[in-house]
This record gives sequence, structure tokens and C-alpha cells, in this order.
Amino acid sequence: MVWIFGEFSRDKGARPLRLNPFHPVVSELLTKGRELADKLGEELGIVILGYGIDLTDFCLMVSDFGIDKIYLVDDIRLSDFNVEPYTSVITKIVLKYKPNIFIAGATSLSRTLFPRIAARLRTGLTTDCTALGVENGLLVQTRPAFGGNITATIICPYMKPQMATVRYKALKSPKSKIQSPKSKIQIIRESFTKIELNSRTQVIKFIEDVTQKINLDTADIIVAGGMGLHSRENFKILEELALIVGGAVASSRPPVDNGWISYSHQVGQTGKTVRPRVYIACGISGAMQHLAGMSSSEQIIVINNNPNAPIFKIADIGICGDLFEIVPKLIERWKWK
Amino acid sequence: MKIIVCIKQVPDIAREVEGTIDLLNIASIINPLDMYAIEEALRIRQKFGGEIIVISMGPIQAKNGIREAISMGADKGILISDTNFNDADTLATARTIAAAIKRIGKFDLILCGKQAIDGETAQVPPQIAELLDIPVVTFVRRIEEINNKYAKVERIIEVGIEEVKVFLPTLLTVVKEINEPRLPTLKGILRAKQTEIPVWGLALLNLSADEVGIKGSATQVIRTATVKQKREGNIFHSATDESIELITSICNNSS
Repeated sequence: MVWIFGEFSRDKGARPLRLNPFHPVVSELLTKGRELADKLGEELGIVILGYGIDLTDFCLMVSDFGIDKIYLVDDIRLSDFNVEPYTSVITKIVLKYKPNIFIAGATSLSRTLFPRIAARLRTGLTTDCTALGVENGLLVQTRPAFGGNITATIICPYMKPQMATVRYKALKSPKSKIQSPKSKIQIIRESFTKIELNSRTQVIKFIEDVTQKINLDTADIIVAGGMGLHSRENFKILEELALIVGGAVASSRPPVDNGWISYSHQVGQTGKTVRPRVYIACGISGAMQHLAGMSSSEQIIVINNNPNAPIFKIADIGICGDLFEIVPKLIERWKWK
Repeated sequence: MKIIVCIKQVPDIAREVEGTIDLLNIASIINPLDMYAIEEALRIRQKFGGEIIVISMGPIQAKNGIREAISMGADKGILISDTNFNDADTLATARTIAAAIKRIGKFDLILCGKQAIDGETAQVPPQIAELLDIPVVTFVRRIEEINNKYAKVERIIEVGIEEVKVFLPTLLTVVKEINEPRLPTLKGILRAKQTEIPVWGLALLNLSADEVGIKGSATQVIRTATVKQKREGNIFHSATDESIELITSICNNSS
């Protein structure tokens, strides 16, 4: 069996709540999961943990992906993510049903949960994969390392399940092929005792990041600024461009260190790794540390007044010139569109 | 308070601007994200007193990183090193480090950087926590409160900030936002030079050779490839109408 972890989205702005409560990576994983399951002649299952889950919506949503089974644990103590009870629940159902492959999105949640599950099961885990396939009956997992300079292809030959997390937008799968809905999706409910759901951590509160209308992790377009912006105030023109193209604002490290923009916007070695469809780098020279976080973006557009800036080497399109002239031109052009 | 800080020596890829990385000849540094873990340990000790032990798994040269941490103010260090540990995957690595921590004995807090800049898996810290059966909080950007029983911390996730209460002993992974690491002092550098750094090999850990290194690994790397970073850029020397049109159409062409 191939299992997908059905992580819920916490990004309230980015989804019609009722129709698809999942993180957007889940539909990509289901498409890939079906492909892998077909190659191996196995069933596809999704694991859902939460509270007050309305299954009619889920069946409707997941039936397009040709799911065979839904494993559901509905408990008030699972309503928010908490790594210890989530680990207990998932390892127990893994040991009971013995999936061959288990895949999640490479989100902050799974990057905490999946290592813990893998360690408890003493199995292998490959995080942040950008490609998955099947060779000789095994899951073949490819992931970047060394700031995107190297890719490693990894297998987990002797232990089960073979576990992987996959970056959002990394799987270049064709548009999710609509599968003929299975006549019957089997729903398997599991319940757990209070002791099994114990935790030594407790989320006291959640403060939503209101500085980002669109998350860096899911943004289609990212507009990023570097020292070439010269000040905190000047980030406003990037915000304006981001707003108009429907993108998110990012930064290289120096503006964050200067306090012009908060750390949650930092892309690079000590910040986030992103791979949007379009990355517009404005006034960023292109230090290796920054490239490590964005060089796998699909299209890279560079605006910089220094023709020798190293970032031009990874540009698909570059304009050598003053960003304070070019960015307003782009905004104007967009308004006029 | 007894604090263990886990650090890793990594190749300084930032120095390699051109082309491929020669991993054998490149200089090693403390993983940049681990510097924040060291600094946070020093700040906690300033308030509560106690002891900071820095541990690192790697070749003998990894002693340099431990010495650097001591020169910043850590009390002592242990190098976990043995040829049996070579080519360990994250599970075997976490198992080895957890065994070393068990040998250290009682502790209150383990601090790690969010991830290493070479492997970038972010996997080992939660796995150490699991193998020691202690709670873990990842991506911590602030420790609001800490005492002998619990800590209140803020962790950064994609959509905002979570405030979490966690019981000690625990493992925290930290992000850059948490502090600004201090520089070593001259006195610290001298002290680090004189500090003996014990090396713990397999014989000292309660593990068999089958549980560590490549034998103890669940995963195997079957091939690697170098990624060509350079792109065939279409570079304009001024903001021509054509360049603006091109960028607009690319942004517009949603997937």
C-alpha cells in the first residue's frame, strides 16, 4: 500500500475551506501516489488526523485521485498538530496496516513529525524530495543537498515503510489526472485512549503572520529585495509589485539583519528554501547563501544595476539597471494591462 | 541547568562561488545555524548558571568546531568519532548521538540548529529527541520563559508563530531570528586551546557495530549528480519595452 499523509492547510487565505481543507501539496502527493501505487500494483490510502472531520467533503474531494482507503482518526486531542500524539497514532496504524510507502509534504509540520515517526519505526526517511519513482520494486527518492548544488538519489531497501517528504510544487507531474471514482472508498476508523494521546508539549496560542498575504512556501510568484533597496521604506515598492502580480515578498539576508523586513521573509541558507514559478530578484547581488534558497525556482528574473552581480549567472531574464526605475515601470505596465 | 548543544562541521559552500564544490578540499565551518544554538545556550547559562557541553559527530577535524564553541564560552566538548560511524544516514547518526547523550547522563535541555547547510534534512534533531524519549520543539525563534520544569517558546511556521509550552528535559531546534551569536574572546580562544576534547568511539557507546554507520543506516544513496546552476540568461542592458513585456508575460502565464 502507498500512503499519503493528509495534512490540513492552516493557510486560511488560500483555500475555499469546505471544498479542500488540505495543504495544496496533498493533491500533488495523491497524484504521484496513484502513479506509484499503479506501478507497484498496490492500493492508495490517505491518513487523516483531526477533529470533527466531515467525510462527505473528503470523499468528494479525494475520489478524483482514485483513493482506495481512508484511514481516519477523529479525536478532539488531535484537532491541532502536536508531534507526540500524532507520532503515537501514526506509528500504531502503520504497524497495524503495514504500508509499503508513506509520503508527506515537506512542510514545517511533516519536517517535525516524519523524522520522529521514522525513528520510532527504525525505518528510513528522505526529506525534501523533488522526485519520486519506482526502480526494482523500490521507491527511488531524489533530493537536493548542498544548497541545490547536488542531488542525491536514495533508496530504503530493507525497512518498511519507505518514507519520504516532498516539496510543494517539486513534482513535475502532469495536471492531476482525474481518476474514475472508485465505486467504494473504504473508510477505516481508528480510535485511541487518552494515555496514547498524551503530550509533553502544548500549543498555547497561534499568531497568524499578517505581514504576508501569500505564503512564501506556496507563492506562485515571489518578489525579493536585497541591499539594493537601501531602506525599509523602499520595500514598499516591492510590496506594491507583489500585490499587483499576486505574489509574496521575500528578502535576502542583509535587509533582515538591518531590520528592514522580518525574518519570516528571508530566503537562503539560514532562511527559507523556495521554488516558486517566478522569482524576481531586485537589488540582490547573489551571494551563494541566497542562491541556496532560490536557485531551483522555475523562472528567475533579475533586476540589478551592477552588471557583474553574480546573480545574473542564474538569470533567465535580467535587466541591468536601476530598480527604482524598472519596478515602477513593471507596476505601471501591470496596471495598464 | 545542564545544556547540551549539538553542532556539525560543514563545508563552507559560501566560499565556492564558481562551479562545482570540491568537498575534499573545502574549508570546514560550524554549521551557521548551530551558532545560534551555541549562543542561546550561553544566554540561558548567563541567567541560570549551569554547564554547557558541546557535542559533535564527525572526523577528528570536527574538534575545531568544538574548540570554537568553547572559545565562545561553552564549558566543554565531546567529539563522537569512529570509523565505524562513517556514512551514517540520519537514523544511524541520531542513534549514535542519542547514545552519546545517554552516556553524558542527566540533562535539562538539548539545543540544535534548525538544519545543517550541507545535508539540509532537518531530520536528526527530532530523531535524537525520539530516541531519548523527550519532547521536541522545532524552529524556535524565541525562548520566552524557561525554568527547571518547563519552557515557553515561540516557533515559526509557514503561516505565523506558535507559542508552545514544553516540559523539560526537551530538545529545541533554533532559527536565525533567535539571537545574534557572539564572537569568541581572546581568553576563550586560549582556554579552548588548552581544553582536552575527549573522543568517544563505538566502544564507549552502548551500541553494536550493526547499529551505526553504513550498517546501521536504513537508507542508501544510490547515485548523486551535480546540478548546473548557470542559466542562459536573456540580459537586457536597460529597461526596454521588450524586457518589460517579457517579464509581464512570464508573470502572467500562470501555471
